[in-house]
Amino acid sequence: MKKNSVKSAFLGLFRHQIFIPIAALLILVIFNLVADPSFFKITFGHNNAGDPILSGNLMTIFNNASELAILAIGMTLVTAASGGQDISVGATIAIAGSVILRILCGAQGPRPESMQAPIIVAFLVACVVTMLFGAFNGVLVSYFKIQPMVATLIMFTAGRSIAAWINNNQLPVIKDVSFGYFGNYIPGIPIPTPVFIAILCMIIIALVLKLTNLGLYVQAVGINSHSSRLNGLNPEFIKFITYVIMGLCVAVAGLIKVSRISTINYSVIAKDIEMDAILAVALGGNALGGGKFSMTASILGAYVIQFLTTTLYKFEVPSDALPAYKAIVVIILVVLSAPIVREKLGQLRKKIAPEKATGEA
Amino acid sequence: MSGQNIVLKMRGICKYFPGVKALQNVDFTLREGEIHALMGENGAGKSTLIKVLTGVYQRDYGQVFINDEAVIIRSPQDAQNAGISTVYQEITLCPNLTVAENMYIGRQKGVGVSWKSMNSKAKEILESLEIPAEPTQQLGSCSIAVQQMVAIARAVDMECKVLILDEPTSSLDDNEVQKLFKLMRDLKAKGVGIIFVTHFLEQVYEVCDTITVLRDGQLVGEYPIDELPRVQLVSKMLGKELDDLSDIKRDGEVSEKSDSVAVLKVKSLKSTTGVEPFDFEIYEGEVNGFTGLLGSGRSECVRAIFGADKTAGGEVFVGKKKVKINKPLDAMKNGVGYLAEDRKRDGIIGDLSVRENIILALQVMKGFFKPFSRAQAEAFADEYIKLLQIKTASVNTPIKSLSGGNQQKVILARWLLTNPSYLILDEPTRGIDIGTKVEIQKLVLKLADEGKSVTFISSEIDEMLRTCSRLIVMRDRKVVGSLTGDELTQNNIMATIAGGDK
Repeated sequence: MKKNSVKSAFLGLFRHQIFIPIAALLILVIFNLVADPSFFKITFGHNNAGDPILSGNLMTIFNNASELAILAIGMTLVTAASGGQDISVGATIAIAGSVILRILCGAQGPRPESMQAPIIVAFLVACVVTMLFGAFNGVLVSYFKIQPMVATLIMFTAGRSIAAWINNNQLPVIKDVSFGYFGNYIPGIPIPTPVFIAILCMIIIALVLKLTNLGLYVQAVGINSHSSRLNGLNPEFIKFITYVIMGLCVAVAGLIKVSRISTINYSVIAKDIEMDAILAVALGGNALGGGKFSMTASILGAYVIQFLTTTLYKFEVPSDALPAYKAIVVIILVVLSAPIVREKLGQLRKKIAPEKATGEA
Repeated sequence: MSGQNIVLKMRGICKYFPGVKALQNVDFTLREGEIHALMGENGAGKSTLIKVLTGVYQRDYGQVFINDEAVIIRSPQDAQNAGISTVYQEITLCPNLTVAENMYIGRQKGVGVSWKSMNSKAKEILESLEIPAEPTQQLGSCSIAVQQMVAIARAVDMECKVLILDEPTSSLDDNEVQKLFKLMRDLKAKGVGIIFVTHFLEQVYEVCDTITVLRDGQLVGEYPIDELPRVQLVSKMLGKELDDLSDIKRDGEVSEKSDSVAVLKVKSLKSTTGVEPFDFEIYEGEVNGFTGLLGSGRSECVRAIFGADKTAGGEVFVGKKKVKINKPLDAMKNGVGYLAEDRKRDGIIGDLSVRENIILALQVMKGFFKPFSRAQAEAFADEYIKLLQIKTASVNTPIKSLSGGNQQKVILARWLLTNPSYLILDEPTRGIDIGTKVEIQKLVLKLADEGKSVTFISSEIDEMLRTCSRLIVMRDRKVVGSLTGDELTQNNIMATIAGGDK
């Protein structure tokens, strides 16, 4: 009896969309265990400043996946509600970073001796700016009914120039070490700060999904906006608001990005991150055409992508060949998670399962 | 009957879905030149059987024979190759292509297309079937009935031995239905075996030769039409003696309420959909209805009241208070519920669960920051699943996997849960089985007895006569009359719809 319930729970998991990212993660873990168990070693040491830090591949993964995980939150909502993706996030991260640096530099020119404003102020201003850009995308998508990818293509194209323009195309550098805390380590705490920020974001979105109807409304609108309207929802506004939330996620990711290096490179910062964010959503088994979503699966998808990247680095795949390898793995994962393949797999399993059942009896 | 040559034999068909035995050991036999009705309630397994036959679903057990030859059907393409053609309820052709193109799309061999021969061949077929359409005409410009017939012509031309008509008449008027029946009889004379799925009993007795009845995924039996009177058919479908439809009648007439205040009253309300400004009022415990032909503006009126379409003027009173209804939420907050006409487009949220579909409207009214707990939502859902006897595997089943009638019950549950003082039901019984229809009609009367007001819209005048105490008649997007009491007879309504003044 108990065996049965375990079995059915397992089968339930198999059918659940979170199965894909979990399976992908397991495969990566097993692959690394077999190839080189030391992959998972975490060592305790001190950095140049003499502060304690934990290091190892796992820490790298958790650290580097932070921005992606945060963006996956916004991208999941945008995808579910509007049935399309925001491809401007990389460019707007550049804007967020640029705004933060500009405010911290104040009137002192690009290399101030000290920060001219509290970091929180700079961050909040960046939040407002990126939410405005999100609102711009949202208006185009929900009220002007422009295809999300086309609408966000505008900011995708213009974003990095706007970011450079905000700082008069100079490269500001913040010397104050406390600014680096958000992207690196807080002295005394051996775990990188981005990990905490990402966890905080996850807790916030979990609470929002639990304490509000965001999840229900977004899914309802994404599945059938006509019905949703007749149930008293405002589909346009809900689509719009997901883009604004995306903007907020961008600001957080932007803060981490510029804090990591205390400066900015307009053309390289967060490059191609939008594609990874979309991939995270897809890996999570969420339909890119909108509708039902699983936030957990998307976030897990983000970590799978980073796990994959780190694994490839570890096996000394040259960095310019990295995307090609990544693409191969992605093709396999995405094909496996396609509904049509899963259905076939399900049938295959069903063919095997009854025999097994009679065998057990 | 023209010959006993069996064209299609299905034996011991079984089909299981998670938690549901959709078909258990079902046999079905179709002979040459026979029109065979497949009857059953929603969820009885009609659609599943059709889908197994057309390769949409794979059967789990059983065999299919065409002309005594066992065939395996894995896809709609296989079905077509085996000589099985299907015309679905929703038209699956392309309205922006011409009639001829629609008939031959996806069937040309090679890359080149000879438009001339295609058009002339199409013309030949259309003429032989007496379908009033030109090959070069755009399909979208034909009436729904003609489009339906073109779909049949396409099917026939593919040399089919078995033609499946799945609810082809649900969007046709009487005249068009007659044309379709003529076409069906012509095909029958040519030896085609036709499987006819419909909810209209009259139509079954008009054209069919044989009836196969399914219930709860099992075969009840196959009967020649003469040996199965209507009452028996219905009782076989329901699995119990039918409490006669005519039993449904209001006990007490609504007392004259000229002195009381209307629950909802509108004055020269005008919507942007082109309906003439109209007045309307409804009292406590009253059931009234809008009637008129398709497209006469029935739905547009109630949509305007609910705020589903933009309004362009007019006043709305709830009780004595004047209110503004600009969007559905305004109406909902004033105690109005609206079950929309098009269930697929405006009713269900397909991928969401039965539970989520039931609580949605109430949840929206309650507010964004106050979600129901899972337990509370499940309690609501369970309550209404029991109350309306909704057949679903669980509260977490996606609504799209339920049968049509059960989907409609879920939407009804959604609005009942909001406890509206005034409920608008726009075609709640369309495309659902007779048992559920009766249940819904009874429910409407029960609600009225509880003091709620209901507007009931239906294409079937019988239903309206049974439930409504006042009918508002519409013609050409205008309210042309209001009938009450003794005026409520079929003839009177027809005359008013048709326009007696001319």
